[in-house]
Amino acid sequence: MRWITARRRRPLFGYAAVLLALVAVGMLYAAVTGLGGGSSALAGSGSSSSQITEGRNLFAVSCAACHGEYAQGRSGVAPSLIGAGAAAVDFQVGTGRMPLKETNAEAPRKPPVFTQSQIYAIAAYVASLGGGPAVPSDQQVSSAGADTALGQSLFNANCAQCHNYSGAGGALTDGKYAPPLTQATNRQIYEAMLTGPEAMPVFNDSTLTPSDKRDIIAYVTQTRAEANPGGFSLGRVGPTTEGLVAWLGGITALVLAAMWITAKRREERTGETAGNR
Amino acid sequence: MSDNDRDLEGTPEERSAPHRVIGTPPPARGLLTEPGPGESSGGGQRGTEPYGPGEAEAPELHEMPSDPPDPKAARNWERVAAALFLISLLASVGFVAAYVSLEIGNNNGDVVVATLRSNLALGSAMSLAMLAIGVGMVIWVRYIMPPVELTEERHPMASSPEDRAAFAETIIEGAETSQITKRPLLRRTLIAATVPVALAPLVILRDMGPLPGTSLRNTVWKKGMRLLVYGSNQPITPADFNSPGGMITVVPDGYQDNDQELAKATAIIIRMEPGQLQAPTNLNWTVDNIVAYSKICTHVGCPAALYEQTTHRILCPCHQSTFDATRGATVMFGPAPRPLPQLPITTDAQGYLVAQSDFHEPVGPSFWERG
Amino acid sequence: MTSNNGRLTIPKPLAKQGGELDDRLHAAKSVRTLLRKVFPDHWTFLLGEIALYSFIILILTGIFLTLFFSPSMTQVVYHGSYTKLNGVRMSEAYASTLNISFDVRGGLLMRQIHHWAADLFLAAILCHLLRIFFTGAYRKPRETNWIIGIVMFTLGILEGFLGYSMPDDLLSGTGVRIAEGTLLGIPVVGTYLSFFLFGGQFPGTEFVARFYIIHVLLVPGLLLALVSAHLFLMVHQKHTQMPGKGHTDANVVGQPMYPYFMVKTGAFFFFVFGVLALLSTFAQINPIWQVGPYTPVAISAGSQPDFYMGFLEGSLRMFPSWTWDIGGHTIAWNVFVPALVVPGLIFTALGLWPFLERWATGDNAYHHVNDRPRNAPTRTGIGMAGVTIYGVLWLEGANDLIAMHLQIPLYLTTEIARWAVFIGPVIAFWATRRICLGLQRRDASMLTHGVETGIIVQQPNGGFVELERPLTDVEVAEIAARPPAPLAITRTVDENGVPEPAMRGVRGKVQAKAHEIFAESISLVPPADGHGNGHGNGHAAAEGEGEPAAVGGGPVQPAEGEEGRTGQGDE
Repeated sequence: MRWITARRRRPLFGYAAVLLALVAVGMLYAAVTGLGGGSSALAGSGSSSSQITEGRNLFAVSCAACHGEYAQGRSGVAPSLIGAGAAAVDFQVGTGRMPLKETNAEAPRKPPVFTQSQIYAIAAYVASLGGGPAVPSDQQVSSAGADTALGQSLFNANCAQCHNYSGAGGALTDGKYAPPLTQATNRQIYEAMLTGPEAMPVFNDSTLTPSDKRDIIAYVTQTRAEANPGGFSLGRVGPTTEGLVAWLGGITALVLAAMWITAKRREERTGETAGNR
Repeated sequence: MSDNDRDLEGTPEERSAPHRVIGTPPPARGLLTEPGPGESSGGGQRGTEPYGPGEAEAPELHEMPSDPPDPKAARNWERVAAALFLISLLASVGFVAAYVSLEIGNNNGDVVVATLRSNLALGSAMSLAMLAIGVGMVIWVRYIMPPVELTEERHPMASSPEDRAAFAETIIEGAETSQITKRPLLRRTLIAATVPVALAPLVILRDMGPLPGTSLRNTVWKKGMRLLVYGSNQPITPADFNSPGGMITVVPDGYQDNDQELAKATAIIIRMEPGQLQAPTNLNWTVDNIVAYSKICTHVGCPAALYEQTTHRILCPCHQSTFDATRGATVMFGPAPRPLPQLPITTDAQGYLVAQSDFHEPVGPSFWERG
Repeated sequence: MTSNNGRLTIPKPLAKQGGELDDRLHAAKSVRTLLRKVFPDHWTFLLGEIALYSFIILILTGIFLTLFFSPSMTQVVYHGSYTKLNGVRMSEAYASTLNISFDVRGGLLMRQIHHWAADLFLAAILCHLLRIFFTGAYRKPRETNWIIGIVMFTLGILEGFLGYSMPDDLLSGTGVRIAEGTLLGIPVVGTYLSFFLFGGQFPGTEFVARFYIIHVLLVPGLLLALVSAHLFLMVHQKHTQMPGKGHTDANVVGQPMYPYFMVKTGAFFFFVFGVLALLSTFAQINPIWQVGPYTPVAISAGSQPDFYMGFLEGSLRMFPSWTWDIGGHTIAWNVFVPALVVPGLIFTALGLWPFLERWATGDNAYHHVNDRPRNAPTRTGIGMAGVTIYGVLWLEGANDLIAMHLQIPLYLTTEIARWAVFIGPVIAFWATRRICLGLQRRDASMLTHGVETGIIVQQPNGGFVELERPLTDVEVAEIAARPPAPLAITRTVDENGVPEPAMRGVRGKVQAKAHEIFAESISLVPPADGHGNGHGNGHAAAEGEGEPAAVGGGPVQPAEGEEGRTGQGDE
């Protein structure tokens, strides 16, 4: 203690203290958040007369490195895609999750690498290997005439526990998370329910019927498009952000007001007058 | 001498007047400081006596200046404050106008947008009206009223020994006159009566609710009762629920709208891959790799609904209790003390999933009688 | 108005009415005293007013809401303005709240002001509590007011919980479920308490109506009575004041109630109302239509209670899963310790603190002048340790949101919290004390050297030096605070070496140790000589001091043998 005390007035001491604090905080934060490894993305290209052939070529360039030459999977690296179906491919590649850029706890949504027709080609190829759920049609995913009341009930009972009541997303274990539903298209929502990507459970069409799924889609899309009549939404995650705003907005504003109200003029504060200044 | 007397002494060197004992009226005080150019602050009478009676015998008059030191600046600030008060007036009028003209409710297009407009208009008007008055008043008191600092003496907190003695005497006198100290029969029976008269009526709170009995030990599930998918209220067969990694919320047939029973009976069914289910999961209670667990968390009763297909974890989002669905929902992390009870299921003649019986243990949070 | 040397006179009709009132009330002297009452001015003294005015606004907006809210759990099928929920089964309470939001003009505004005011009320109480604590304003004669304040704090938390649970939406209903599960976990009487409160099993059909009457009548009644007592005591005992020129333990220096303080406090009421209205216009709170009606089947990720319940939520999340099954009964430590014992300990410790500090310091004197927190390092350190414990519990209450948004693995947040709640306060105490002592050093150096002016002059020998000015006596008065009272027990052994009676036994030894710890905090500030640069070379003296001078007393210890004296050094 005396060592610090004796040197605390040296000019560089302040800089050293700040530097130490920054390093300590940075190391602490780095220790608790996940750090990912990396593998580079492979660009896809190719053309062929039939969609499946095109898909096979795209697959070979962009997917086979992890999923295996015949989509059989590689243990510890990537699962088998035999039986995964076109819907799964359309979802994963359409949301940009695949091709995977780096192995984190979870594949995040990012800008898709392929065009939609390329995605359909890959999907057709994967479907040809072992079947699986097909890409739903536009009519299947349309929310026209859907029952949002039932959708609300189903969403709250089966989806809200991960994705939050407004679709803001939520934490899972081991650094995984249920993503926010703000960007998913109708078809992607349907496909996610149908195929159960990563940690998400599978809600097949005989458990949650296509009609049920349409109701859920209608509820989700209507909720996220809805205006916030009370003001800014504060993230739609509930009392946590509300409390932050109450303290940082409300109390801060009123403390500043209180400081202004009770501020003394300079003479009253310091006892200086024109005479002794 | 009580403690209090010592508190009355200031440091000897501070006192400029003779030390006053409480009870003697002090000389008049009233300290006015008016910091202006050239004037010294502080008057001659510092009033350093500690506690005087607080009010002079002759009331002080003329303690505050009537006008601010700089009339020109005060006039300018007056204009600012006046403008703010007028703004507030207009805002209040605007509030009424917004209320009258902006309709909400379902005959006005998008109700959410209509409500947004109304809230925005009413709220902005109200905020402006309130804040403008507030700011104007602060300008008034800080820049238009002359600065003033007054000193008020404090009373002694403790009463004088004479007052205390008189108080004690009154109490004793009254106690003696009331005879209560001299008549133990009267006193004791009175005490014996007052406690029950206060407590006996509490018994009428008994009918606030039924006794728990054994109601927390059982749910409505019984043999042959179908599992319905919550929401669509349809029964389900293993052939329907055939995707590994599938999970859905199920409720007992006949109780789908009964929140009270659902608060105990709600369950989830999960479809596993073959071979994934292990002890202590009771495989006799499963059908076709489909296992049913209570959805009510054993911590404090939130629905433990979050299912991670890849890790087979059932996570309760309230306090992060985690259960391993492949191993009888044993607790892996978190404050839950016991696994989620497993619901024995089988299929009925039509192939729909039904319960074999009720849960074999009480569901939900722990309670004293659970054992 | 007749002339009175050119001044105002009171208009005749008013004077007549005033006379009539005084005829009946004998009020002239007492009302005049009240109007002349002096209020000291410091911004921290307005924190309690934020709470007071929020409370008034809560009552006003609450009355509006009661005109439209239906506290009934009867299930209805919604067919109203908010068409997205048409056909959904919900309670009348929820449906009437939708009604207030979308069908009553100004209804959403009133709902939002009411909820923001509740948050602000409790945040202000916390700030006010911390101010009172860190300035020692709870000391004699204000211990009763402190206890009243703690009781109001507890009632406020309960009131807020009941209030946001009444609309029976998914988020608040989950909170009620957790409350019920907590009640169940109480040994022996838990199930009875739960069944009596809910009229049976959860959720039953009663709790909204019961919460309603407690929220609208019982608790506000209690709060009104307690607030009145709180304010009466404050007026009767007069407000404390910060150290300053002319501020002594025997006076109050400030501005009179009429007209100054009335205008200031009135302005502040408009500020509070205005800020609440601003929040309610631009920041959405409690959007129950997005959350959906409560059903025990459903739950949302990221479910948190309002912030003032956050510490209980965190406490529940981090506690290990300990239960005992003994003899056919279950003791649910994992539930009733975090949810009831922990808050019980916190509030009891808070309530008892003034008496604990008196016992530890031996300071039984009246205190009407506040301490600057730096001049009471041990108290400030203990306070910051308490804040740290509360803060860790509070943060853990939002651990899933923190995990998701800061990308920290979920279980790790709980593990960190479990350690931090023990290690954090120790570090906070130590660090805070060091900071306080350092600030005291700085004050001491300002008293001896004065303040830098920023004016550099060149000396005849070519060197540059910065001019310092001595502190004005106003500034000195604020900085040179009195040291705390000396120990009541100044002798541990008598002249024959026999231990003093008070020092014998475990309790005596603990008290002596506590005295020692608090005594380490004796202020380093030397008595102000008011003349600034008394020393030739202040730096050497400060550097050479080192640690020992700070501990166990400085130059301002009063003479030995004076027992229980306080109040020296009235500046």
